[in-house]
Amino acid sequence: MRGRALGIGTRAGAALLTVGVLAWLPQYYGATDTALFAKAIYIAIAALGLNLLTGYNGQVSIGHGAFFGFGAYATAILMNDHGWDFLATLPVVAVASFVVGAAVGFPALRVKGLYLALITLGLAALFPDLVTKYVHGTGGTTLVQPPLPTSPGWAQGFAPNDDQWRYYLALTIGIVMFILAWNLVRGRFGRALLAVRDHDAAASTIGIDLARIKVGSFAISALYAGIAGSVGVMVTGLANAGRVETFQLSINFLVAVVIGGTATVLGPVVGAWTFVFLERATQDLFPDQALLSPAIFGVALILLLFALPDGIVGGARRTGRFARRKLQARRAPRAPDFPSPIREDRQ
Amino acid sequence: MDLNLFFSQLLNGLSSGAIYASLALAIVLIFRTTGILNFAQGEMALFSTYVTWWLADQGLSIGLAIAISVAVSFVGGAVIERVVIRPFEKASPLVIVIATLGLFLALNSLTQVVFGTDAKQLGSAFPDTVWDVWGLRIEAQTIGILVVLGLECVALWVLFQRTRIGLALRAVADNPEASRLLGVRVGTMLMFGWGLSAALGSLAGAMVVPTTQALTASSLQSVLVFAFAAAALGGFDSPLGAVVAGLIVGIARALTIQYIEPLNNIELVVPFAIILVVLLVKPAGLFGSTQVERV
Amino acid sequence: MSLLEVVDLSAAYGPIQVLHGISLTVDAGEVVVVLGANGAGKTTALRAISGLVAAKGELRFDGVSILGRHPESIAHRGVSHVPQGRGTLAGLTVDENMRLGAYSRRDREGIAADLAEWYDTFPPLAKRRSQTAGTMSGGEQQMLAVARSLMSRPRLLLLDEPSLGLAPLVTKQLFETLATVNRERGIAMLLVEQNAALALELAARGYVLEAGEIVASGTAENLSRDGEIRKAYLGR
Repeated sequence: MRGRALGIGTRAGAALLTVGVLAWLPQYYGATDTALFAKAIYIAIAALGLNLLTGYNGQVSIGHGAFFGFGAYATAILMNDHGWDFLATLPVVAVASFVVGAAVGFPALRVKGLYLALITLGLAALFPDLVTKYVHGTGGTTLVQPPLPTSPGWAQGFAPNDDQWRYYLALTIGIVMFILAWNLVRGRFGRALLAVRDHDAAASTIGIDLARIKVGSFAISALYAGIAGSVGVMVTGLANAGRVETFQLSINFLVAVVIGGTATVLGPVVGAWTFVFLERATQDLFPDQALLSPAIFGVALILLLFALPDGIVGGARRTGRFARRKLQARRAPRAPDFPSPIREDRQ
Repeated sequence: MDLNLFFSQLLNGLSSGAIYASLALAIVLIFRTTGILNFAQGEMALFSTYVTWWLADQGLSIGLAIAISVAVSFVGGAVIERVVIRPFEKASPLVIVIATLGLFLALNSLTQVVFGTDAKQLGSAFPDTVWDVWGLRIEAQTIGILVVLGLECVALWVLFQRTRIGLALRAVADNPEASRLLGVRVGTMLMFGWGLSAALGSLAGAMVVPTTQALTASSLQSVLVFAFAAAALGGFDSPLGAVVAGLIVGIARALTIQYIEPLNNIELVVPFAIILVVLLVKPAGLFGSTQVERV
Repeated sequence: MSLLEVVDLSAAYGPIQVLHGISLTVDAGEVVVVLGANGAGKTTALRAISGLVAAKGELRFDGVSILGRHPESIAHRGVSHVPQGRGTLAGLTVDENMRLGAYSRRDREGIAADLAEWYDTFPPLAKRRSQTAGTMSGGEQQMLAVARSLMSRPRLLLLDEPSLGLAPLVTKQLFETLATVNRERGIAMLLVEQNAALALELAARGYVLEAGEIVASGTAENLSRDGEIRKAYLGR
């Protein structure tokens, strides 16, 4: 296990400080920026789930944009056509995404690695067509624009504007989802995920139910993506599933996971915020050349992968460990060299 | 059942299937030499196709434009291997997937920046003659595409079975380290493989556009999904499989559109189902030799 | 001047130092053996010489430094490494393996002549020319690995545990062939081997590697008479 770098107290303090800063953001920034922060939050929610699948369980998906879209449409349609309250749609979305995720994740029992990625690619390509065929939204298009939650009377003190209220809703949901993920990976389930990722044959001999873990992690990650989709609808006011959007979202989630650092709880969150700002920065670079932004973003992504293959959080950990070793090395005399028991044939 | 309709759908399927086969061949080539599924394969072909369009727009004959574009793509593919892929030689599959996805994004938007966002018209390399054979309409277009695919297969077979560089490519695919010890320049071979793959993709692109009428930035995305389905069905390491499966996938799509009403407009269900079923039932594909990594 | 000169060569896998400055030489036409226990660094030494593992120190072949060169270019200079596990190109035929052995050469007639000669020397390979190499037995694959290396007309052959996994009789035949090749072709060999008795019979000189350092060296005769070496590697 990795060493605990910081004490419990420091961690709790840092967490409180972070939540404090996140809560203060919409008080200071305007509506445009607040929407951007909210976007970072829903991307982070999806990335948290995807990280359980990809980082902890080693299964790559490039189709989670479809689950996001599923959640988005479920919430939008329930609100728009059936008059549901936004929060009331969340449990429905959670359960439905979980079930759909389990169904799609079923092949994960048989195939893994790049091949699973391929199946999920098919999903991302198929989803927009399904929406086009079966969803009839506003004005005959596939767009669904539900009425959005507005700031209630009791919240006027801290969230007089609706966009602030929606940000706080998103933040609250994000924090709940983060704590759930945190608990998941620290418990038996998290250990099982890692065991299955690293040695699935061995994991099954110590009594881990491979099928349950693999399909379970797929289903949970789909649940996260679905909830992220619901939050996305609340923030942007729109459920949409163009081919490009679905595919780009899928990539965005993966990018957030990878640049944040796989198999760390904090990684996807850091990654999502980095991603959103990186995307924004590449857009700002050439304001009149909107088309160029994905190109720059793609290049920036490749460079970032090259510089930090284990992500920002992974890189920071590595630097921290390196610094601690250096410090300890200076304090204590070096351990004497002894022949290392490595075997020749290991190469 | 209207046999005439059936056969004309079959021909339709064959001609789109030949295009899927072309792109699937490109995918398989890269997979065999590097073990990478190149998710940017379609966008590489997209860029090549725009190059073809631009050359034709400058007044070159369509055939010449395709030939130059194939050469340019070969160089471009080799450069992409060296500059974008090589640095990740030792990285995990996940990181490489993301890198090719980054390439996907970059190429797609670069194409639009360089060539503009409006839909382009690209002529066909083949005459628009239509033959009438016992009441069945056969387009020269269809035959032309199939002939191109046939030529690709022959050229690849000769390259791999009859030339020194082909032998070296197969050696690298088999065991890079041992090849290295025999004096095979593995890096050069990888660049060659990517170049070849990009050239094949560019041919596929030049064929696909006349059938879907206009060239846009998303012209090759669904083609890529069908091509991946073909590669999965044929077996990711089998060029022969890619060709046969490409044709099967094309025919399956055409027949689905014609005969299975509920799947109208969602014919992407076909490749999705194919990928799913193949990986579940026979992960090595129809012609694959190595076992897909399984649990 | 020796054909191969290794001076103070060190190598590491990541943070783990495997070779701690070894020095050895191989003269033209000479057979030299490196003895040592599992994990002593023998394979790493060969991999460092053929460029598969990055190393520090001095490494010269035929008077020219080959340190830091790519394995491909070292192979082109005439060093042929038969790796542990034989490096069989399993999906290719025996004939294709053999032709790849001559990849660094361009003389068509010479290649054809060598091909005929080595098929003569190794009849089982001739019989299986068009068979997929990976389907052959371990002994046949080892034969193929050696024959394939010889196809490059090397001046130095690096052999990593050629006897590994082979039946005693097959091993004996292989070593006899190696001796013949050395005698008739004058190809120098640097041999890493667990089977010390057999190796010392073939070699003129030897080195003993322990935990990444050379702890003894001498003529094959002296080494096989040395009490400690007898106990450690010859088992008597």
